[in-house]
Amino acid sequence: MSALLPPVDAATGRNGSESPPVVVAVSDLVRHFGDVVAVSGVSFEVGEGEIFGFLGPNGAGKSTTINMLCTLLKPTSGSAHIAGFDIVREPLRVRSHIGLVFQETTLDDYLTASENLQFHAELYGVGPEIRTERLELVLSMVGLADRRDHLVGTFSGGMKRRLEIARGLIHSPRVLFLDEPTVGLDPQTRAHIWEYIHELRDREAITIFLTTHYMDEAEHCSRIAIVDNGALVVVDTPDALKAMIGKDRIELQVPDSKATIAALSEQFSLQATVSEGAVTFHVADGEEFVPKLFARLGQPISSIRVSRPTLDDVFMTYTGRTIRDAEASTGERMRNHPRMRRRGGR
Amino acid sequence: MAANVPAVAPVHLAGGDLRSDLRAVKVVWRRELLRFFRNRLRLLTSFVQPVLFLLVLGTGFASLAPSGGAVNFKTFMFPGILAMTVLFTALFSAISIVWDREFGFLREMLVAPVRRGAIVVGKCAGGATTAVIQGALMLLLAGLVGVPYSPSLLLTLLGEMVIVAIALTALGVLLASRMSEIQSFQAVMQFIVMPMFFLSGAIFPPSNLPQWLSVLTRLDPLAYAVDPMRRAVFTHVSASPALQARLNGGITWDGWRLPIGLELGIVVAVAVVALALAVWQFSKAE
Repeated sequence: MSALLPPVDAATGRNGSESPPVVVAVSDLVRHFGDVVAVSGVSFEVGEGEIFGFLGPNGAGKSTTINMLCTLLKPTSGSAHIAGFDIVREPLRVRSHIGLVFQETTLDDYLTASENLQFHAELYGVGPEIRTERLELVLSMVGLADRRDHLVGTFSGGMKRRLEIARGLIHSPRVLFLDEPTVGLDPQTRAHIWEYIHELRDREAITIFLTTHYMDEAEHCSRIAIVDNGALVVVDTPDALKAMIGKDRIELQVPDSKATIAALSEQFSLQATVSEGAVTFHVADGEEFVPKLFARLGQPISSIRVSRPTLDDVFMTYTGRTIRDAEASTGERMRNHPRMRRRGGR
Repeated sequence: MAANVPAVAPVHLAGGDLRSDLRAVKVVWRRELLRFFRNRLRLLTSFVQPVLFLLVLGTGFASLAPSGGAVNFKTFMFPGILAMTVLFTALFSAISIVWDREFGFLREMLVAPVRRGAIVVGKCAGGATTAVIQGALMLLLAGLVGVPYSPSLLLTLLGEMVIVAIALTALGVLLASRMSEIQSFQAVMQFIVMPMFFLSGAIFPPSNLPQWLSVLTRLDPLAYAVDPMRRAVFTHVSASPALQARLNGGITWDGWRLPIGLELGIVVAVAVVALALAVWQFSKAE
């Protein structure tokens, strides 16, 4: 199926040639819990084939938004369409076009892997003529084909998560929702899960909508929406977001720091400082700046390092705090309103 | 399509129509049975408990109670123990929804593109089926307590067990809809299951009781299931009129003995109301 999709443009993350069909359209969605505003009017669109990431601290309103999109929670106001169906008026149609993987497992430990998939396939109306084939396919996609007849209770956390991803795909949904797909997993398993997600996007014409509060995971997305305090702060590709806050950091190891700082100021009007033993300064496009630096600095350089801004820097720029600090302050808000957390959540 | 291109399941606009609801009922029902047969220990323990009641308690009490011919206290207790078996199995199955909620599987069912009512009906059908299977196992012991293996009697008892199993499972699902933690299970056992069992007339006749107790027995829906089953048993054994009067007095309202049809009608009514309330509880979106 990947051949049918136009190539993804690295700069915008959107498919280049023509605008892909919009699969998720959200318009001014609001949800209150009592007097607490969990989601305060978010609007965005997600095109077919995108990996769209909702990035924000715990309690920012990510799960509440996903629950509304999955028709598990009614919005206080606003509207949203998934694959063209209204989440309030056509919830059953929305549900048959989405796959869901929750933070906590929702498997039956007393059934085998294939019985769990069978249950789901039948419940979602996957016809008997195609069921075996789909089951085989999704099991091998997540590398569990040889464990199909084992009880799920004997699976590790990572295997369960993979099985849930497989289950979420068995009915060929248009959109796969992954709520914190890698939370509580070890780094190696997390890396594997991401491989599956990428492979998936390539193999099935599917849109992936995920939430995460790991900065490094957001890098995998074609576009990211940064969410804080129930509102969208910004939506763009990871690269564009990083470019927007601009400057790359350049660190130089030099024999003579003072002379180098003076030369930088004289030749390029740049203000540099010594940080952790390196002469450090910021420029808009670090990689293009390096040749100019070599040509005009007139000072010996023993090593050079150019680093791009991280999403941590992006989050910091837009919200004025690190994601860690944001979690600490929203934790209080969430504890006072248990309904904002999901039943059986972490 | 290239060889490695996956088969994409046809897009089905399922959801809301009768066919997908019936399919959901079947899938949920089958899961209950799979789990029931996989848990051998539970099968065994739910068999041993009524056997103990019938053979140990029944034999112990038999010397205190009136008897005649092949009919003794165990014969009297038999239909009560059938009802007890159904009661325990049905409520246990129904309340497993609380486990499903705790371990997340309920969510998998509730997000499916089918009406919630179908899930509830499937759960009730599954619980009722396991309860009837467990009850049918007890039925095999009839010969040990002087109850003949008459096909018409066995079919009557089986049919009555089906009705009461549906009513009790629906009641259990309704209770489970309001329970969010497993700990409440103990409370349900102590405050609902045990009183229902004791007041049902399963282990002593509901006639000739002191006023307060006889009022309570009449409020117990299970009593209206035990009595028809006992009447069925007593039409198939030879008991003197005096013995019949002592052991098979039945339930009376102001001196009027309720006909079997009305008694079963009450059980059916309980089933319908409990099922409707359970469906309503689960259909309420947040």
